[in-house]
Amino acid sequence: MKLRVYLTFHEDTVRQPIIWKLGKEFDVVTNIRTAEVKDHMGLVGLELDGDDEVIEAAVAWLKAQGVHVDPIEQNIIEG
Amino acid sequence: MSIVRALKCRECGQEYPIEPNHVCEFCFGPLEIVYDYDQLEGVFTRELVESRPHTMWRYKELLPIDGDPTVGVQNGFTPLIRARNLERVLGVSELYIKNDSVCHPTLSFKDRVVSVALSKAVEFGFKTVACASTGNLAGSVAANAAAAGLESYVFIPHDLEQGKVLGAGIFGTKIVGIDGAYDDVNRLCSEVAGKYGWAFVNVNVRPFYAEGSKTYGYEIMEQLGWRAPKHVVVPMASGSLCTKIDKAIKEFIKLGLVEDEGTAIYGAQATGCSPIAQAVKQGSDLIKPVQADTIAKSLAIGNPADGYYASRVIRDSGGWAEDVSDEEVVDAIRLLAETEGIFTETAGGVTLGVTKKLIEQGRIPRDESIVVCITGNGLKTQEAVVDAIEKPKVIRPSIHDFDAMMAEEQPKAAADA
Repeated sequence: MKLRVYLTFHEDTVRQPIIWKLGKEFDVVTNIRTAEVKDHMGLVGLELDGDDEVIEAAVAWLKAQGVHVDPIEQNIIEG
Repeated sequence: MSIVRALKCRECGQEYPIEPNHVCEFCFGPLEIVYDYDQLEGVFTRELVESRPHTMWRYKELLPIDGDPTVGVQNGFTPLIRARNLERVLGVSELYIKNDSVCHPTLSFKDRVVSVALSKAVEFGFKTVACASTGNLAGSVAANAAAAGLESYVFIPHDLEQGKVLGAGIFGTKIVGIDGAYDDVNRLCSEVAGKYGWAFVNVNVRPFYAEGSKTYGYEIMEQLGWRAPKHVVVPMASGSLCTKIDKAIKEFIKLGLVEDEGTAIYGAQATGCSPIAQAVKQGSDLIKPVQADTIAKSLAIGNPADGYYASRVIRDSGGWAEDVSDEEVVDAIRLLAETEGIFTETAGGVTLGVTKKLIEQGRIPRDESIVVCITGNGLKTQEAVVDAIEKPKVIRPSIHDFDAMMAEEQPKAAADA
């Protein structure tokens, strides 16, 4: 499946090559569609393509690295 | 007459046909409706608007539907109150409350966005509509869908309070409770929206949905006598309302319906969930996601989709953003109730609390027109104020007991009686 997500990197993760590591750890195609990186945080719009289970594991791994993962709609649960 | 031209990416400018679509395939930017305003020149006049029924649809040429509305035909056109008692308390000369706590039919401004989303959904041929919500949006989708004969699904966290479940369930909607952390619930809803052929109001028809907020801004200007206010204070959850009030004002200026007053837009959040206010105060373009922790549940969006655009509107318009504590929220709810007889929900407490703060800080001048956006009804969040209200005194059914109570509380009135 293809999954489109926004990744938010915080101060302690913004300088790490996490998307490169993701490609090494998991059999997924990563395709950066937008990115804004500053000193204290970064935002990346990323498309992930691969088998469903691999995508799920890749997202769990990203979260474990301290990266905030949201769908590209961001928060859709409204009050 | 429809003047809708296309869906356009807010980031890269790529245009798309009018379809249920919300995100740019190229850069993932959000899509927005763009219009061909030139077609309205000399046609869309104050007189035309004033000749129409008092509903939000009196501005229908500026909404993204092709024909007449089919959902929420009676919605909108809520009162704009000159708040003279509140003016005295806050020490300002011209203050108004735009009161969507009495918006038909579910007592919140969500009825505006939902009626546009569902009217468009009907035009697209959808039979089923859906949303993910913890409160006002759920009730509005359920009620408006019921009245329009549409099937509806509402996704909620499984542990939502009974009263809020009731507020959607009474309308016969199918409620799906989801057991999981916020982010997982959120992601499931996004996946459902992508997989099932439904109109998910704030996902695949979001560009249409969000345009409904403009009617709140149009009404303010018409009710002020075709005048834009100098200052507007807006509650922020996703941040969309800020951007749409700004768009409404710019559209009316472009169409020659109001003069450009240089309106400043101010954003209000609760301190326990204030990612947009923090970004504005820190001068940052990036919105840092937060875990929400506030009694203002209807504003509790930790990673807001329109946060970046709201912060830009606030800065470009010369406004500001602030946040207030839960205690200040409750105080402001009471202040509005005791001065103007309007009972607002926690979001309204946030907006008035922030207004008060911005006036005290000198960010909003005391001698210019100010509109405070009250977007929901206090009967929906009674738990927030239940401990702040004085308990009634209990007496026996005896005039002597009543006389004694009055003599204690108001000796003069008791002596005169």
